[in-house]
Amino acid sequence: MTSSTASTLAAREHARAQEAAATVAEPALPEGVDPADITFARRVPAGGYAGVVLGRGTRVRLGDPDGAACAHLLLLRADAPWERLNVADTVKVPWQAYLGTGHPLLSDQGRVLATVIADRSGHHDALCGPSPRARRALRLAAAKQGLEPRDVAPSVSFFRGVRVDADGGLVATGGAGAGATVDLIVHLPVTLLVAAAEHPLDDRPVTDLDLVAWRAPADLAAEHNPDPEYRRAVHNTEEAWAAAAHHIATGTKEIHA
Amino acid sequence: MSAMTRTVVLDETVPACAPWSAVVRAGDQLEIIDLHGNQAVDCLLYNAADHTDRYSAQATVTAQRNIFLTTGSVLLTDNGTSLMTVVADEVGNHDTIAGACSQESNTLRYGHHTRHQHACVENFLTAALEWGLGKRDLVSNINWFMNVPVEADGTLGIVDGLSAPGKKVTLRAETDTLVLVSNCPQINNPCNGFDPTPVRMVVTR
Repeated sequence: MTSSTASTLAAREHARAQEAAATVAEPALPEGVDPADITFARRVPAGGYAGVVLGRGTRVRLGDPDGAACAHLLLLRADAPWERLNVADTVKVPWQAYLGTGHPLLSDQGRVLATVIADRSGHHDALCGPSPRARRALRLAAAKQGLEPRDVAPSVSFFRGVRVDADGGLVATGGAGAGATVDLIVHLPVTLLVAAAEHPLDDRPVTDLDLVAWRAPADLAAEHNPDPEYRRAVHNTEEAWAAAAHHIATGTKEIHA
Repeated sequence: MSAMTRTVVLDETVPACAPWSAVVRAGDQLEIIDLHGNQAVDCLLYNAADHTDRYSAQATVTAQRNIFLTTGSVLLTDNGTSLMTVVADEVGNHDTIAGACSQESNTLRYGHHTRHQHACVENFLTAALEWGLGKRDLVSNINWFMNVPVEADGTLGIVDGLSAPGKKVTLRAETDTLVLVSNCPQINNPCNGFDPTPVRMVVTR
């Protein structure tokens, strides 16, 4: 019996015929967003991962369509990856251990890489880091960006909550159910690495994770947090962006006032 | 083995605000002594045989399901290596989540007038460079003698310490471990009682 892939030509036909018979699992696109502004959309299955460079002014939505997603996320400056998410500063500087709307994801250089600007979950964690499977996935995602295991710094998790009790104990609080989303606005070009895997304190099997990014310059310009620490983080961020741009960009001159 | 029969192989005083580092061999014990009280000692650990196998605050607190270090806490790497174990603790509560002060984060926390004040990351980098390590090798650190409670609503902060003059914490190395220390120079919060002071490091075998 001759296989349909016994020759190079037949194998090529076999390969090329596959797409037409398949469907690509994709996230639902956000309502109210011009499809032309969407720059990236990916559904990440359990155990999968993604890595993508996102420009300044990108809004990225993480989604939990089936109710048991867990997104382990790390951000690094795309053009200077030795500057990266610092989870200690991310909880210490805002005086707040729990991630939610208005919370900055701070780098180790006193800048805000991204801000949480919408949260329909309320179940997140900046303390426990990745499960072993998530860590392996993040290391692979990092390697594909030219990074090394030592660049895989402490990360945050979305859609699986953890709380600290009065004696310091860590308690998993589960997720918010199907349809939860969390939106980030990106302040500087970043490499986003994300793994879809169980939380180390909550080993329920995970479901698909959605990732959609779109251009949202108005969201970058808006104020998301009135705290003085946040204002100074934005100042430092805008200063770095302006200094590297070799010119004073429109809208940044007030940072020198 | 009782403390009486151990031999002192290192006994050094770290000046206020200074870095310090040493390799502590498996089986040796490191005593960190808060000579004057309420002096935060920022600390990073690396497997001496493989510096990419480094202390992970996240792996450590997850494994013990508690953010505070005290007697019995095992200081783990991402790979699950046990680097050191806390074998004695006269304070009872040491921080794992608040990280190190830096010149950059000081500008956020206190204002841009602090930009050029000395900070723990300066000390960590100074010590790291001596061992062939760099910025990419710095991660969330331990803060011995630093008190960082988390309230029910998630509010956290560095508050007055629980330590006192002469109190110490003792770590047993389970693996040959490179220890980097910053004797914290922060003067804008109570982690050093607004007055950084020397600490003493004693290794016994």
